[in-house]
Amino acid sequence: MAQDGHKEHPKYMNIFWWLLALTIIEVAVAIPDYATLLKGILLIGLACSKAILVANYFMHLKFERKTLAVIVITPFLICVLLVFALMPDLTSDTRHEGIEKPAEVADTSAH
Amino acid sequence: MEHATTLDHTEDVYEPSLTPDSMGKLGMWIFLVGDTMSFGALLAAYAALRAGAGVVGWVPPSEILGINLTAFMTFLLICSSVTMVKALESIQNGNVSRMCTFLGLTIAGGVIFLGLQAYEWTHLINHGLTLTGIPDHGLSGAAISGSTLFGPTFYAITGFHGMHVTGGVIYLIVILIHGLRGRYTAEFNHEVEIVGLYWHFVDLIWIMVFTFIYLL
Repeated sequence: MAQDGHKEHPKYMNIFWWLLALTIIEVAVAIPDYATLLKGILLIGLACSKAILVANYFMHLKFERKTLAVIVITPFLICVLLVFALMPDLTSDTRHEGIEKPAEVADTSAH
Repeated sequence: MEHATTLDHTEDVYEPSLTPDSMGKLGMWIFLVGDTMSFGALLAAYAALRAGAGVVGWVPPSEILGINLTAFMTFLLICSSVTMVKALESIQNGNVSRMCTFLGLTIAGGVIFLGLQAYEWTHLINHGLTLTGIPDHGLSGAAISGSTLFGPTFYAITGFHGMHVTGGVIYLIVILIHGLRGRYTAEFNHEVEIVGLYWHFVDLIWIMVFTFIYLL
């Protein structure tokens, strides 16, 4: 496995230029002062493409056994699940209800 | 003929067994997978707190943080990743001195990154971004109360990453010392590859931190 992976070196400088270009595009997308869903999706998409480039070529994931890729992808999927699992607790409606309730309890106990 | 096709088939199904070299790599990969969860949890907490504060309750990070400096820091880490792969490539071709030069450049990249981060933190602290407060830009009360969570999450995430860079620099120095003493050859170099995995992971995490904390 190791020998197979090492024989053909990916062209690292090409990957470097891609990463540099994607970083410049990212900053260009981020600088204009607007907050939209499109901006978020673009930035996350660009960041993920850069991460995939680093993992695939610099970390040689592309040239490793496939089982390793499965191991590596797992935590990223769990992280995405984690974000969605946290969201319902912190949407503004439930948050304000949570803040108000203890205040009422404190009032009744004072009387 | 029939025998040959059976052999081909088994090669497709079974992956080659682990060697001592690839066991070390697998160990590092599993550590990195766990580390991904640590960073994932921190970033998810940041996202949830920000979503909870709403649009008016959170100051856009670009008003507090400087993007130019951190964009340069991102560039620096990408460069140090390139020097790292060049170091590995050199030793796989049996060129020890070239490997040591590239390892030295990688370490320099990490040290400059840490210096710039220390400079950035000092600057931010002097401007009022602390664990309990944010710089006053004439914000409304709601924005200030929600955004006080920006400081702690910002310092926790960038600090945790900075610790990883510090650890990586120390790790690289150890490998460089081994390299200078002639431990690595064209045949024996998996330790260089393993330190490379760690270093690229630190770069990969910074790409994510840069996007989620500074740009979004």
